[in-house]
Amino acid sequence: MTPFLIKRRFALDGMSMDSQLRWLSIGLFVLIAMLSLLPSLRLLVEAVSHTTFSTSSPMADVLKSERTWTALRNSFYTSGLGTLIAVILGCGFGFVVTLTNIRGRSIWVFCFMLPMMIPPQVTALSWLQLFGPASPILNTLGIEPALGSPQPMYSAEGIALLLGIQSAPLVYLALRTQLISLPQDLLEAAQLSRASQFRIWVDIILPLCRSAIIAGAALAFVSSLGNFGIPAMLGIPAGYIVLPTLIYQQMAGFGNDMLSQVAGLSMIIALLVLAGMLLQQWLQQRSRYALLGHTAQSLSFRLKQWRLPLEMLLALILLFILVAPLFALIVSSLVPALGMPLNAETITFGAFYEMLGRQGVTSRAFENSAFLAFFSALVLMLVSLPLGYLLMRLPMRTRAVIASLIEVPYAIPGIVLAIAFILLFAKPLPFIEVSLYGTLGIIFLAYLSCFLSVCLKPVLSAMSQLDPALEEAAQLAGARPIQRLIDIILPLTAPAFFAGGLLVFLISINELTVSALLWGAGNETLGVLIFNLDESGDSVLASAIAVLVVLLVAGLMSLLSLFAPRLPKGVIPWHG
Amino acid sequence: MARLILDGVEKSFHGAPVVKDLNLTIEPGEFVALLGPSGCGKSTILRMLAGFESVSEGQIIHGDECLSSMTCHVPTEERNFGMVFQSYALWPHMTVKENVAYPLKVQKTPMAERRKRVKEALEIVQLEEYADRLPAQLSGGQRQRVALARSLVTEPDVVLFDEPLANLDRHLRATMEETFRAFHKRTGATMVYVTHDQSEAMSLADKIAVLKKGQLVQWGTPQELYATPKNTWLANFIGRGSVLSVAAVAPQEYVNGAKLYELICQYSPEKTASSVLVRPQDIEFVSSHDAALEVRVYSCIFRGERYDIELTLNDGQRLLAYSDIPMTLENQHFVRLGQAWSLESES
Repeated sequence: MTPFLIKRRFALDGMSMDSQLRWLSIGLFVLIAMLSLLPSLRLLVEAVSHTTFSTSSPMADVLKSERTWTALRNSFYTSGLGTLIAVILGCGFGFVVTLTNIRGRSIWVFCFMLPMMIPPQVTALSWLQLFGPASPILNTLGIEPALGSPQPMYSAEGIALLLGIQSAPLVYLALRTQLISLPQDLLEAAQLSRASQFRIWVDIILPLCRSAIIAGAALAFVSSLGNFGIPAMLGIPAGYIVLPTLIYQQMAGFGNDMLSQVAGLSMIIALLVLAGMLLQQWLQQRSRYALLGHTAQSLSFRLKQWRLPLEMLLALILLFILVAPLFALIVSSLVPALGMPLNAETITFGAFYEMLGRQGVTSRAFENSAFLAFFSALVLMLVSLPLGYLLMRLPMRTRAVIASLIEVPYAIPGIVLAIAFILLFAKPLPFIEVSLYGTLGIIFLAYLSCFLSVCLKPVLSAMSQLDPALEEAAQLAGARPIQRLIDIILPLTAPAFFAGGLLVFLISINELTVSALLWGAGNETLGVLIFNLDESGDSVLASAIAVLVVLLVAGLMSLLSLFAPRLPKGVIPWHG
Repeated sequence: MARLILDGVEKSFHGAPVVKDLNLTIEPGEFVALLGPSGCGKSTILRMLAGFESVSEGQIIHGDECLSSMTCHVPTEERNFGMVFQSYALWPHMTVKENVAYPLKVQKTPMAERRKRVKEALEIVQLEEYADRLPAQLSGGQRQRVALARSLVTEPDVVLFDEPLANLDRHLRATMEETFRAFHKRTGATMVYVTHDQSEAMSLADKIAVLKKGQLVQWGTPQELYATPKNTWLANFIGRGSVLSVAAVAPQEYVNGAKLYELICQYSPEKTASSVLVRPQDIEFVSSHDAALEVRVYSCIFRGERYDIELTLNDGQRLLAYSDIPMTLENQHFVRLGQAWSLESES
């Protein structure tokens, strides 16, 4: 039994002790229930409540509709192909960067992780600028295809390619955790048994990594399935619809049973994703062979004469998946109009002036996003401290259950969460008769729900590494729970808090999916702004904003890197 | 100052008993060691005394106040106990001075008083000049002394030690033992000291509770434990010596030389047997075989001030003796045993 439960028991016996802890825990568990459970439950109720076995219920309509099945097929095709690309990229990169003596490791990792942190609509926009007849970069080079030739990115394969690039870091991360725990002496033992390099790979490294790779693939698949930005930018113009974009389009057509139908569609995605997550967790647990840490030295191959060619290959791949599209994006933001080449006469900062100076919408969107991101980060940091503290006090099994409850809103696709919040807040709030729908408030609440686990994870990992005796010593000194929290726990886990808060800020400042469905006039976010500009054909203006967003993301990531030495391992994904 | 009583204390985790029916009375100002191999429940007892764990059965009484029982539980914060942890548990973000002052700060002691007492506490552990350092800048022994200063700054009724020397090297241990002894003398506080190292317990404690698998094996002074251990397990655990199987004899009494010789000669594996403890200093090498045991030298190890000689009796049992001179292996000798202590068989 943990000390926490003992104290609670005695607190209930009427002892005054630890009423502090009790009230704290009641308050926080109510909050978790509101943020994590309520949206999912509301969605479930909506999807199920109208389900009758008659042929005309909304759920039956959804299941009968040809479009549903087409979208489902398309979703599986793009996500499946994307996962394949992600696995190839992520594994190749993971093996080379983690297991060899390649130079400049942290820079490679930073560049490879960048696509994951860049918002999907920006990724899509930059790739659009790279190809097609209007591509400024191709025009500048004078090799643009003839007018009227198709944009190759407007296709299922284009979507899959970008999904693959965006989720490759997930595969890399899953693989990396396994690879760094492989001790060097496994390799030495195999070499002493006279195994060739090839046999070492086939007999030792691959079997030990197999489950990690499959788990990473499951994660990539799930994340691709829920991705909205990429298929929205690339699929909608080509009429290629996947599940998240189908929901988006259905929301536009205000039908009778529209909300119920959309809820039904959302449930389909949510179930697929949850199944994928469960599979991934199960695999991750299975993949934990009891690898005893015999040596501090983790596995490492010496590349010898292969080092330079391999580094050039990595550089080439990164050039293709990261540098070229971003370069295209920058070029696009500097030309007067699409289809024109960039040279000394045409170069103009007009788009930046236009967006930053003249259009009020930019500063409004920036303000909105910054406001949402800042307050989400702040509130979640404040919540994470006592929440993490209480969770650490719970028995392992209860803690795991609550942690996965908190994980649910982050795991289910943003589009599904947005639908859940619309269902929750479509009507004015009871008692106070204030409607949140169409205000920033609803987006704010959705962000809190979505990103709680992002903020909590580094905090929990920092707390679990604290020696419990540190707090016990304060307890013996006579400090009550809240005082211990402030005097001892907070200063010792502060870097993890800031890292968690910064991560939330980073993700929410250019979030698109949730806000795409929840925004109202005057409440656009940066993500929505780029999406809308591109949809209305103002790619140059959209590029200008996107360039700013990429700079912001890279800047925040670098800032987080500064914290890295003071954080537990694994808190910052692109570090270690 | 008050007496600390553990009355029928039991503790189980998820139904598995860790401490079984423990009864101890610790007098005010006593230095008590809880000694036992790892997993014997000694740390759990300490954590119950500190209030980190509740009791599953029985009660812990301090003076006339019930600290822990099935119906009451005084939280750690209100116990005025001090504790020194194995990991030191110094707060890494506070200086030495701030670490030591923290308990006073929590109790809202006035500033002037606080400064005076921190200074005194640091004086006792001889760390005045380190007051403004961070724990990371100190050596292991210095850290432990800061922890000691922190545990005594509030003048607690009871100070608990959880294997405080386990992380220190051998040389430092001797110094720290001296520090603990001086600290006890100066403060006069009741001390409960958990350790698995019998020599540490023997040299520090007034009384020792030896525990095995959650059960109290024996409770007594170091001298009592050494001279009159209860059973064969304890005899093997504390001090050096040999446990011999001999013909049946009443337990818990001294057996003198002549009777012991008889018992050894009468011993046969088929008959009921007893165990006796023979300390090496009670073994004398003699030249005549008159009323002496015939032995062969099995091993001879140089220990500096003397040699450890392991001998084999005619029936194959081993006997540890000391000798000032080396002995050749397999050589035959005669020994007389001065006395032995008869043991209960291990339950």
